[in-house]
Amino acid sequence: MTALDQSQIDTEITAARDAYAKALADGAAVRHHPSRDYAPYRSSELRHPKHALVEVRDPEAVELSGPVFGVTDVTDLDADLTRQHTGEPIGERITVTGRLLDRDGKPIRGQLVEIWQANASGRYAHQRDQHPAPLDPNFTGVGRCLTGDDGTYRFTTIKPGPYPWRNHTNAWRPAHIHFSLFGTAFTQRLVTQMYFPGDPLFPYDPILQAVTDDSARGRLVATYAHDRSSPEWSLCYRWDIVLDGPAATWIEEGRDG
Amino acid sequence: MAELAPTPSQTVGPFYGYALPFPGGADIAPAGHPGAITVHGHVYDGAGAPVPDALLEFWQPAPDGSRTGAPGSLRRDPVSGAVIGRHGLDFTGFARVPTDADGHYAIRTLPPGGVPYLAVCVFARGLLHHLFTRAYLTDADDPLLTALEPRRRATLIAIAETERVHRFDVRLQDNGAHEETVFLDFP
Repeated sequence: MTALDQSQIDTEITAARDAYAKALADGAAVRHHPSRDYAPYRSSELRHPKHALVEVRDPEAVELSGPVFGVTDVTDLDADLTRQHTGEPIGERITVTGRLLDRDGKPIRGQLVEIWQANASGRYAHQRDQHPAPLDPNFTGVGRCLTGDDGTYRFTTIKPGPYPWRNHTNAWRPAHIHFSLFGTAFTQRLVTQMYFPGDPLFPYDPILQAVTDDSARGRLVATYAHDRSSPEWSLCYRWDIVLDGPAATWIEEGRDG
Repeated sequence: MAELAPTPSQTVGPFYGYALPFPGGADIAPAGHPGAITVHGHVYDGAGAPVPDALLEFWQPAPDGSRTGAPGSLRRDPVSGAVIGRHGLDFTGFARVPTDADGHYAIRTLPPGGVPYLAVCVFARGLLHHLFTRAYLTDADDPLLTALEPRRRATLIAIAETERVHRFDVRLQDNGAHEETVFLDFP
């Protein structure tokens, strides 16, 4: 078997995008989320279901409620990833902030936001990441916070580096921060990744390109927010997050209507 | 009002292990509770191989049927920042557990009140968008189960190995020999 190179992956990415464009033109619905069956991301091959999902429209479903978190679940230091060790981490200090909203635009209040990321060299503090970039003894790359009353979250961290992976020869992930989010209902659960504007690796990355809708893919990229950057301290990136899926309150409003 | 377009999902990837799992994440039941049950199983891929890098989350009502949950699943020590875990008085209803090197997980909880199932959310490297399913502790005339043909329905019903131990395997993809788990969509 010959090594899989970028040009083959590019061909598959283009084919998937063309197929989506044709489906849209033929009247298919906009696809906000990636298809679980996305060949250019090789690890998806044996890990996606072949059966269609079964729709649940039961207003009594447990999934319309969800877990809650509170002040006992986080500490103040969790939101500053640059202060979790005795020294300061190497890299470009940044602030990442935005609002967590539901599809009606209502803020999700007091809910848990979790992030994890590589260090400035593109290495994770994870035994399985053995690529030859240095670990930073002053950076773990894990953060948590609760959203405020207007849905705002805010982290201080280091801009992560891009890193190689083994999907194909010369595969590199664009710099990103992993996010884990809860809504008011379990149906709204979301794990995703935030990217940085202008990254030249975007077109080559099968994980980002798995979101075949251009507008949807754009929603994974943060905006540089100069007005929020702190003079002589850190640059700011802004990224709002909108959770999909119904919640109990939404169902009740639907009933009333 | 026009709906906002949602933020797309992306895979949890291979490196969540130092960020998302937490001590006691699998222990919803208070330590030593006589009514505790174990729900465990394997996660398998389409080749029938165990998936060692999946993360499962469970959400359920309290034994009294309450669906409000409670904070404190990741209760923290304000001195060291370490996770000291649930205090055992409130029922948080939430578990998070990674599969081990053999693709196996186990949680300890109390039976849910009012419904026969635990809600399950599956994340994994290679899975671009999480999957919802349900672990039914007993077969039941439930609106979801009654709509499924027997072979599909069986994938949602945990096998009672003993009175207090239930096995619920998750099969991400039909491999010809085993039925794929029924996964759910909440439109």
